[in-house]
Amino acid sequence: MKTKLKGISYSKYGYLFSIPFVVAFLIFTLYPTIYTAILGFTDCKGINGPENYHFLEHPFENFQKVLSMETFKTSLKNTIVIWIINFIPQITLALLLTAWFTSHSNEIKGKGFFKVVFYMPNIITAATVAILFNALFAYPRGPVNDFLISTGLRDTGYNFIANKMPSKLIVAFIQFWTWYGNTMIVLISGVLGISPDIYEAAQIDGANGVQTFFRITIPNLKTVLLYTLVTSLVGGLNMYDIPKCFNDGGPDNATLTASVFIFKQAFSGKWIYNRAAAASMIMWVIIALCSAVLFFIMRDKEQIKLDKEIKKAKKEAMRASKGGLDQWQL
Amino acid sequence: MAVVKKSAGSYTFKIVAYAVCILLTVLSIFPFIIMLVNATRSSAQIQQHALSLIPGHNLKMNWSYFASQSFNPFTGFKNSIIVACCATLCTVYFSTMTAFALVAYEWKLRKPFFTFIMAVLMIPAQVSSIGFYNMMYKWHWTNSLLPLILPAIAAPTVVFFMRQYMIPSLPMEILQSARIDGAGEFRIFNQIVLPMMKPAMATQAIFSFVTSWNSLFMPSILNTKTEKFTMPQMVALLNGDSYKTEYGTVYLGLFLTVLPILVAYFFLSKYIIEGVALGGVKG
Repeated sequence: MKTKLKGISYSKYGYLFSIPFVVAFLIFTLYPTIYTAILGFTDCKGINGPENYHFLEHPFENFQKVLSMETFKTSLKNTIVIWIINFIPQITLALLLTAWFTSHSNEIKGKGFFKVVFYMPNIITAATVAILFNALFAYPRGPVNDFLISTGLRDTGYNFIANKMPSKLIVAFIQFWTWYGNTMIVLISGVLGISPDIYEAAQIDGANGVQTFFRITIPNLKTVLLYTLVTSLVGGLNMYDIPKCFNDGGPDNATLTASVFIFKQAFSGKWIYNRAAAASMIMWVIIALCSAVLFFIMRDKEQIKLDKEIKKAKKEAMRASKGGLDQWQL
Repeated sequence: MAVVKKSAGSYTFKIVAYAVCILLTVLSIFPFIIMLVNATRSSAQIQQHALSLIPGHNLKMNWSYFASQSFNPFTGFKNSIIVACCATLCTVYFSTMTAFALVAYEWKLRKPFFTFIMAVLMIPAQVSSIGFYNMMYKWHWTNSLLPLILPAIAAPTVVFFMRQYMIPSLPMEILQSARIDGAGEFRIFNQIVLPMMKPAMATQAIFSFVTSWNSLFMPSILNTKTEKFTMPQMVALLNGDSYKTEYGTVYLGLFLTVLPILVAYFFLSKYIIEGVALGGVKG
């Protein structure tokens, strides 16, 4: 029996166990992606669209049309603007909280509780959150307006939902509110992964909390920060639930994101599949580029590099403490 | 002197830090408190004073209006539970299996396959939705729960996570000894590997479930019949015309959809936070 074992090749099981994944991927991901790309070159539209369609004489007609459409440009601009308004405060607050929660010199009590509470909005259905905020900012007397009037900040209610910039800000705020806790926890775990020796060395050399944070924590957190940036960007480019449920992309397309645009072109009574497919492929290319960046980062995550980084961080720590001394002497 | 200075500094630091944390706590919880309170108040009360911490007596009225609408909210619950449970089972089981193939066996395409999984890690299903919809339309699979469940079999992020977890925690000697005892490869996977991967599977199960439960885009392109609506689709209806003046009912509807998630969250928060820390979820 034992002698027989040696002769058996197990490599076929590698293929066998991968079959479900590969089959499901081919059918439900790869094929639809190619199909979407193809539809982008056809005249597929109308209520009977999915059944019959022909290739266009000018293959890039749909792409040209989409790229020249004001609504698409607006949607792309909105997507990026909303993402930026949400991401900058999000990463700032997450970094600040990370610095506080991982501080060695000033222990904060109740960290576990705060983490649980800050993360909570992330677990709630985005559609629910969007409609809840729509109700909170309701006009003339939703809770927020009620607060503004009863505290005397305003005489009458302000119609947040009918105005363009406030709507954008609210959508960005919802995104911020649901994601900062998640980002914070990811960053904290990144900090906890940094070798404590570095911090000890910095402490011995007399670096203060701020110096330690900027000269040791941030440089060592580079990979995690980039990961957060890219994942957040891809998530932001796909934003659908919040703007859709908050005010259906309105008012006047102020919160129309690329995903809502695609949905509206194809599924809300217009059935312009070819144009929606072309817009999808444009988004696909943008996301694939972002994804390529992440792929590049993750590939670098090998042990050798890690060791190198630790060495570099140690040097940084030395330099940080030296920098601290210089300041002191000045 | 220096000692006094330091403690004064840390004092202000602590005051600022706690103040910010408490403020954020209020920010996280307050919207839900307003929601809960307003769910018990009448539309007239809400119109007069939307911001109140005193519950009203209109819970029953709001509920009867909510229940009298054309759709049945429990259908949404039922559909969402079916979809989320099946999708979670598919994701966790088949991703662990794929990870096992990547870790335990030497095969020619192993490295290219893993590189491929890394490459498609971030591509969301949403960008291929037009093709997906047309395919499902041709198959007559619209208004069915299957297209919401089956794609969950191929979940690159979960495979990636499972592989990372499996490499250090699955000793090859155990597989060898199981083989000597005469166990087949499939049995080894089901009876030895799966139990060993339980902690990682639990984490991934929670996130798969939440993602599936919360997803709105795919169900809303595929389902047009209310009897196939999932919970988020039902929620989206709360912004519709039939609720324009029924403020209390909207809050009640929102509360009902949040309740199961909140209850689950407070039981599982420890694991969820740990899971996020492991990079188990992307955003």
